Amino acid sequence: MLKSLHIEAEKCTGCLQCELACSYRGEGVFNPAKSRIRVFTFHDEGRFAPYTCTQCAEAWCLHVCPVEAIIDNPATGAKEVVAGRCVGCKVCTIACPFGTINYNQDRKIVHKCDMCGGDPECVKSCPTGAILFLDADQTGLSRMRKYAGQQIHS
Amino acid sequence: MAWTEKILRVNLTQGTVTPEPLNMDWAMQYLGQRGLASKYLAAEIDPKCDPLSADNKLIMTTGPLTGTSASTAGRYSVVTKGPLTGAIACSNSGGFLGAELKNAGWDMIIFEGRAKSPVYLYVENETAEIRPADALWGRTVWETDAMLHRKHQDPLLRIATIGRAAEKGCLYAAIVNDLHRAAGRSGVGAVMASKNLKAVAVRGTRGVGNLKDPARFLQSTAAAKKLLAESGVTGKGLPTFGTQVLMNVINEVGALPTRNGSAVQFDGARDISGEAMREPRKTDHRPNLTTNAGCFACTIACGRISTVDRGHFTISNKPEYWGASGGLEYEAAWALGTDTGVSDLDALTYANFLCNEDGMDPISFGATVAAAMELYQIGALTKTDTGGLELNFGSAEALVRAAELTAKGEGFGLELGLGSKRLCAKYGHPEFSMTVKGQEFPAYDPRGIQGMGLTYATSNRGACHLRSYTVSSEILGLPVKTDPLATEGKAELVKTFQDVTAAVDSIGLCVFSTFAWSLADIAPQLDAACKGEWNAARLLEAGERIWNLEREFNNAAGFTKKDDTLPERMLKEPAGTGPAKGKVNNLAAMLPEYYKLRGWTEEGVPTAATRRRLGLGA
Amino acid sequence: MRHVILGAGPAGVSAAEIIRVTEPDAEIKLIGAEPEPPYSRMALPYLLSGRIDAAGTHLRKTPGHYAANRIEVIHDRATRVDPANHTLMLAANGNIRFDKLLIATGASPIIPALPGSDSEGVYPCWTLADARNIIARAKAGAKAVLIGAGFIGCILLEALVTRGVRLQVVEMADRMIPRMLDRTAAGLLRQWCESHGVAIHTSAKLSAIDQTAGRLAAQLENGRALKADLIIIAAGVRANTQFLQGSGIDIDTGALVNAHLHTSAEDIYAAGDVCQGRDFSTGQYDVHAIQPTAVEHGRLAALNMCGRNIAHQGSINMNVLDTLGLVSASFGQWDGGSDSAEFSDPAGYRYLNLQFQEDVLTGAQAVGLIEHVGILRGLIQSRLRLGKWQARLLHDPTRLMEAYIGASRNISFFSRV
Repeated sequence: MLKSLHIEAEKCTGCLQCELACSYRGEGVFNPAKSRIRVFTFHDEGRFAPYTCTQCAEAWCLHVCPVEAIIDNPATGAKEVVAGRCVGCKVCTIACPFGTINYNQDRKIVHKCDMCGGDPECVKSCPTGAILFLDADQTGLSRMRKYAGQQIHS
Repeated sequence: MAWTEKILRVNLTQGTVTPEPLNMDWAMQYLGQRGLASKYLAAEIDPKCDPLSADNKLIMTTGPLTGTSASTAGRYSVVTKGPLTGAIACSNSGGFLGAELKNAGWDMIIFEGRAKSPVYLYVENETAEIRPADALWGRTVWETDAMLHRKHQDPLLRIATIGRAAEKGCLYAAIVNDLHRAAGRSGVGAVMASKNLKAVAVRGTRGVGNLKDPARFLQSTAAAKKLLAESGVTGKGLPTFGTQVLMNVINEVGALPTRNGSAVQFDGARDISGEAMREPRKTDHRPNLTTNAGCFACTIACGRISTVDRGHFTISNKPEYWGASGGLEYEAAWALGTDTGVSDLDALTYANFLCNEDGMDPISFGATVAAAMELYQIGALTKTDTGGLELNFGSAEALVRAAELTAKGEGFGLELGLGSKRLCAKYGHPEFSMTVKGQEFPAYDPRGIQGMGLTYATSNRGACHLRSYTVSSEILGLPVKTDPLATEGKAELVKTFQDVTAAVDSIGLCVFSTFAWSLADIAPQLDAACKGEWNAARLLEAGERIWNLEREFNNAAGFTKKDDTLPERMLKEPAGTGPAKGKVNNLAAMLPEYYKLRGWTEEGVPTAATRRRLGLGA
Repeated sequence: MRHVILGAGPAGVSAAEIIRVTEPDAEIKLIGAEPEPPYSRMALPYLLSGRIDAAGTHLRKTPGHYAANRIEVIHDRATRVDPANHTLMLAANGNIRFDKLLIATGASPIIPALPGSDSEGVYPCWTLADARNIIARAKAGAKAVLIGAGFIGCILLEALVTRGVRLQVVEMADRMIPRMLDRTAAGLLRQWCESHGVAIHTSAKLSAIDQTAGRLAAQLENGRALKADLIIIAAGVRANTQFLQGSGIDIDTGALVNAHLHTSAEDIYAAGDVCQGRDFSTGQYDVHAIQPTAVEHGRLAALNMCGRNIAHQGSINMNVLDTLGLVSASFGQWDGGSDSAEFSDPAGYRYLNLQFQEDVLTGAQAVGLIEHVGILRGLIQSRLRLGKWQARLLHDPTRLMEAYIGASRNISFFSRV
């Protein structure tokens, strides 16, 4: 059973521990600016929304890549960037309608959530249990993935 | 490593920005943030200088752990000579700005001189520029924040700014970052205004790394986070009720200074407590509290985000206040409410919004209003003086009007902005000013919590709870319970808390972490991250060194033993109700012992032996 | 069922793969005119800059990928199509019969018919062969003139500067990338390029190329002559439809298709740069000549070729460009809406322009925005009604993600106490 990230935004306090853990794994430094998961603050509403890639089935980042630098990891269902192949053309960054694949100006390649190979750091770092890693059918992920695909196709 | 080992020196007179290496010898002695910046300040300015002159400097500083994933590691401090007190001032703030500054590659920014016209500093990683701020001058904190975000097209820009209060000479003006986190006390915002520096906008994308032992760091910070989660205070009380968890507790022990300290218990405490903030209002069936919120990396998340009832008289015709924003912390609720006798929770929340919006310390502001109310009560202050404002205890209307006037620096608000010491002196009753060294004391009555009397009297930045929070021991029993009404052992308790806090304030961590952490829990986190060898004993010694450095600055600025005292009311008027009924604060029983424990002369001056022991020079 | 795909670019390769998944037993022939394995023109600038080798440009990296998917790759060129007889004529391999044909022959660079334009040292940068020619001449310190500051020209610009050539750019229009950026954005880009040592000549037209004693010079209509060791032509492309002349297939600026990417001829589809497909924003049919549209076309055409009746909602015209570190992007109808928000910080090289119809985003341009830029596509394509979030965007257009999340999750007053 594939697992996926499930976010319960109402539990989020905006502390950014997930961004710290994510950036540390990806970049070797604590650097929210380079995190693959982002917490958005709704100041006037008093709300926080962690947000990252849903690993959608119709992964446009993957399809549009001109050099096959984004591949599907069959073990996790994650769409992963192959650093050695990415040329930094950024087409995926405009193709992803969720804005969850970003160009990393220091490394000159794109980066996105890869679910840490199946053991996501954001989940482990969240002090309030706002980010969970659950079986895909528990999260409505299959529906969400389908929806993500439909948005583009229909 | 964790230090970036880089300082940005900004000379506002000359309009120059110059990077320079951090003095690592000093960092090994004074850590960072409060301690290290105090060392720089003491080395670079004349302690006798006018705080609002170009001779004073203003230092924004992070700690070595700021920006890392250690819990609460998002703190920065502003260190300067304070205009409210004339003493060394260090105001500590959370939010996200400190970590951003570290991410941009800087441990510290030193501002010196004075710009000819309003400017702001824009920092984007290695690049720092002084830019004109004429369009920002005269704007609130919230307007400035929005304008800078729009100008720089960057939602992730972190901004610290002063509001109108500072520009209009409010001596307890704050520097507010991230809309509602503040370097709040001692008037650091007024110093910023005196330099014509409106704001500091920072974007950092370089990251904080280069840890000495990354694996050990992750391990020790994870273990420490577990301690916070498992503690009743940091794992439950603070996230649920915020610091407002204390309102009912302190009221019950009879240590809640009420109506300018004329009483020690408040009949309206329940209505403005942390518990009340969570209950649906009768009017709109929504609670005052919208959510709790964490500062950068904080796994406690005590922050309050509140929403005022749209129908409330304060905002019913002001939709700009209908959204959620920074809500009441305990000290603010006390100062704005208990001390003024106002028990209208939404009115206090609105007044708190104004303190954030225009940058002023709600403790000093509320306590000054309380003093003004007492002056008004006895007729020393009249409607003619106040411009028509009827400053009656318990009047929510008077409180919010006073807040509006002080925030904007209009009318009687200009006088309120000078603090209670100057106000009470002007109107002939200096005894009504609940201050030490010119700064208003907060929400713990020294008659009901004896250790807090010594805390206030000896605090290096003027009366403050955050220099040695003995409430933790005397009321909450952390780490050990002591009797709040006893004076025995309090000198040692205060000294220890002062030294521990000075160390914590210099590392980049939040002092609230110490409800669950001792220095023995903090040291491994620092040691895994940083150059040098750090254990609890060394941290405690660094804390003591920092305390003595601050003391020597103040001594050189002209403070003496006679300034280590409390308002007469606390020493002579017995508490009228509650467990402390009949008690005054017995400072005289604690102070000489404290000096002795500190290794100071009977006049409160560090001896040569103490100075030598701490490496402060012969 | 035999599917023949003409053209081995992104549209063709995507189509072949989708057909394989959809019809496991089908026969698939993928015909490419160039001698290389299917590669990406998008990647050529990175070959030019030395970041990758030729293998790095290949569309698929797994050895034996095509064979493993039973996609027969044929290196040949089509000369004619006979729709009535379902037959394709190839230059070398003779006639091939097809059940379904996908025309994905892409486009070719336009070389202006000017004196000297066929000189040695004058190249487009369209094929791997072109790139190799350019690399041979573009040595550090060499002088190069780039004709055309459109999208492709600007992509090449960075690669050439990276190679250390001294570059001058000649653009006919009054600004850079006129089809992608407005005056403000293009002005920022120009200022940026000039501050990085690249000379930009706008409203300047090439009149001839001189070659005397092995030295090249680009002659401009205004009389100036720009000396060069190398001249690169990036003056636009045109769809490769020549071989369709006389086939009866309707052609305009590209092969005309309906919403199912079906041409006017039975069982013949078109995709990619050669295809005049449906534009999401206008509902009209236009050639986009961009990678995302090519892939979208290829995938959808393939599904339709396999009998799935899926109509194309239309592609969003969009582009992203990194010019010496300055990233610019444009989406949809960036040049007009009923309501707009525009913010610029010229000193910080940042610009954002949002175009709305009522409370729906219909177009956007961004300079200096690199975070979450895809959300602009998402907002346009989902036609998300922004409601109150539009007012916030008009106030501060950088709050795009908040607007998207807020509007799509209906975040309003909230309390979890």
